[in-house]
Amino acid sequence: MSRIARLSIIFASALFVGAPVATAQAKDKVKVGFIGPLTGGVSANGLGGRNSADLAVKLRNAHAKTKYEYELVVLDDECKPNVAVQVATKMAADKEIVAAATHYCSATAIATVDVYHKFGFPIIVWGAVLPDITYRAKYAEVHRVNGTMINQNDANAELISKIGFKNVAVIHDTTDYGKGHNEYFSKAFAKLGGKIVGTFGVTADQQDFTAELTQIKALNPEVIYFGGLTPIGVRIRSQMDKLGIKAVFDGTSGIVSDAFIQGLGPLAEGSLAFREGAPTEKLPGGKFFMENYAAQKYDNPPEAYGAFSFAAMDLILDSIEKVGPDRKKVIQELANVKERDSIVGKVTFDDHGQNTVAVITKYVVQDGKFVEWDDSEYATGKRKLPGQK
Amino acid sequence: MDVGLLAQYVMNGLMLGMMYTLVAVGFTLFFGVLDIIKFSHGDVLTVGAFTALATYIGLRSAGVSSTPLLLLAMLVVAILAMAALGMLIARYLVMPLRSAPALNTLLITLMLGTVLRELVRLFYPQGANPKPFPALLPTASINLGQFNLRLDNALMLAAGGLAIVGLQLLLNRTKLGLAIRAVAQDEETARTMGVNFTAVVLITFAIGSALAAYAGIMNGLYYNEINFGMGLYLGVIGFAAAIIGGLGSIYGAILGGFLFAALQTIGTVALPFASAYKDVFAFTVVIALIAWRPTGLIQEKISERV
Repeated sequence: MSRIARLSIIFASALFVGAPVATAQAKDKVKVGFIGPLTGGVSANGLGGRNSADLAVKLRNAHAKTKYEYELVVLDDECKPNVAVQVATKMAADKEIVAAATHYCSATAIATVDVYHKFGFPIIVWGAVLPDITYRAKYAEVHRVNGTMINQNDANAELISKIGFKNVAVIHDTTDYGKGHNEYFSKAFAKLGGKIVGTFGVTADQQDFTAELTQIKALNPEVIYFGGLTPIGVRIRSQMDKLGIKAVFDGTSGIVSDAFIQGLGPLAEGSLAFREGAPTEKLPGGKFFMENYAAQKYDNPPEAYGAFSFAAMDLILDSIEKVGPDRKKVIQELANVKERDSIVGKVTFDDHGQNTVAVITKYVVQDGKFVEWDDSEYATGKRKLPGQK
Repeated sequence: MDVGLLAQYVMNGLMLGMMYTLVAVGFTLFFGVLDIIKFSHGDVLTVGAFTALATYIGLRSAGVSSTPLLLLAMLVVAILAMAALGMLIARYLVMPLRSAPALNTLLITLMLGTVLRELVRLFYPQGANPKPFPALLPTASINLGQFNLRLDNALMLAAGGLAIVGLQLLLNRTKLGLAIRAVAQDEETARTMGVNFTAVVLITFAIGSALAAYAGIMNGLYYNEINFGMGLYLGVIGFAAAIIGGLGSIYGAILGGFLFAALQTIGTVALPFASAYKDVFAFTVVIALIAWRPTGLIQEKISERV
């Protein structure tokens, strides 16, 4: 065998062996991040969001045409602002991570926006609803796919005054989240001629509410508005029952979770809640999302904000595909998001990075499920809330 | 103020105080025999409550539907399991550290508490979510104006009182109680008098932990909801209650528990500022009390600081 022939055989075999390696290496690895509450009282929502973001990355990687191979870096903010600042700094300081879908809790999201701005790290908030997160400062890095609590509280006040309720007692947790809800709801309700008979701030890990509720009992409101998250929502609703309080329990997006119904059983019946966007199953991509989510056999359900987390991650991946794994370019690209189709409907970021969806879904718990108010037997008058005429 | 409303506040405060007391008594027992602070006490309470819930679910799925039987089984299983857990903690974590500084015991039990809490969260199915706890006591209630007296609350209050009276009798009227008191007063002398020191310590930890399980079940029956973090807060308050009452004194723990509940209720009801500050108020008063009486309101009969 001539030397040339031998060489060409070696070359050819090298090519042959190298070929599959070469295609696998053709895609650069790109890291993207997710932050949410994976431990603690609201971890059900955090885990649902994490799984949904993970799903977006998996589906993208499975696609033959993607330019990069994505890897999801997940960090836990525990729904605590101090922890959130640490993990946000850790993620933003890692130059390999291009962008992230971050935060379910408003208290953590508002605490971290400055960090993201300082590091020039593009993020999309996937669940927190405090208006200030996008509107307090004008940071190009900060975006949000879900709506704010202003819209949901307007809808809330409107519904209960339409039903005919005039006197409301407010309980809210004393985080930015709960205080925000109290402020926007009280404003909206007063505008419609309603009366707030008492306002009670409670800590986010309080166990006993009998003292507050006894005071409320004396005030005799028709409705108890609750601005806070599921764990204490469950406690307040069940302690209302213990004290024989018959008022309607009127919650916010913070209690829209399977854990609320699981925690209360039949007592959850007739509780009201409001959330931005349409219910997952009614979203344009809801069926697609639910089917793919189920196929992955995650341990936890996506919960109320899973679809938003998926949409946020998908937007990030779209942007990286288009402009490459470069933070500055991704920020520029996200600024141009107008009328973009996503599984939560069209997304348009305004100049503060806020998605301008204003659709609010009204829920009432009926037979152990969050049912849309308009489809419920309470709206038709077949069932009645306590005190409903 | 309306009398019915006042009665309601008193009832709320009593229930709260009873639960704090049961936790505080545990702290005081452990401090009495070994002069240590066992910070995992609150989390033992959580594990006890979850054990009871698991027993309930297990028996229900096995077809048991008699309410008294279920309640009895929950009590027996949770109390025995926690007594065993308490003994294990004493034998393998606390006793080996006898000669080390007290700070080490405090630290190791603090960490054990975190481990217990996280174990519940991670290994109990969907443990991160609040869990509904069955209402097994009769829920009949009498409405007297604004006062809603529920039979289950009255029963729980009585049961808690009985537990404390029982403990008091055990400590003061039995040979075992005598041994526990002897060890609490002077370990060396008790040993020379033939008291089995190890056995007394283990039994004391078993009793304290059994009381925690009892308080955990009571907490579940009262709120109809338990969660993996409930013991942390109860532990802190129980500890504070034991301190203001005077660590090492059962009466001190009782006084401290009810005092703390009263402070929280007053903080919510009678003070002009928002109810969010009730814990700030209660703990501020506790700080003031400790500054005034550093060894507690009821001092140990024999002070160690001679």
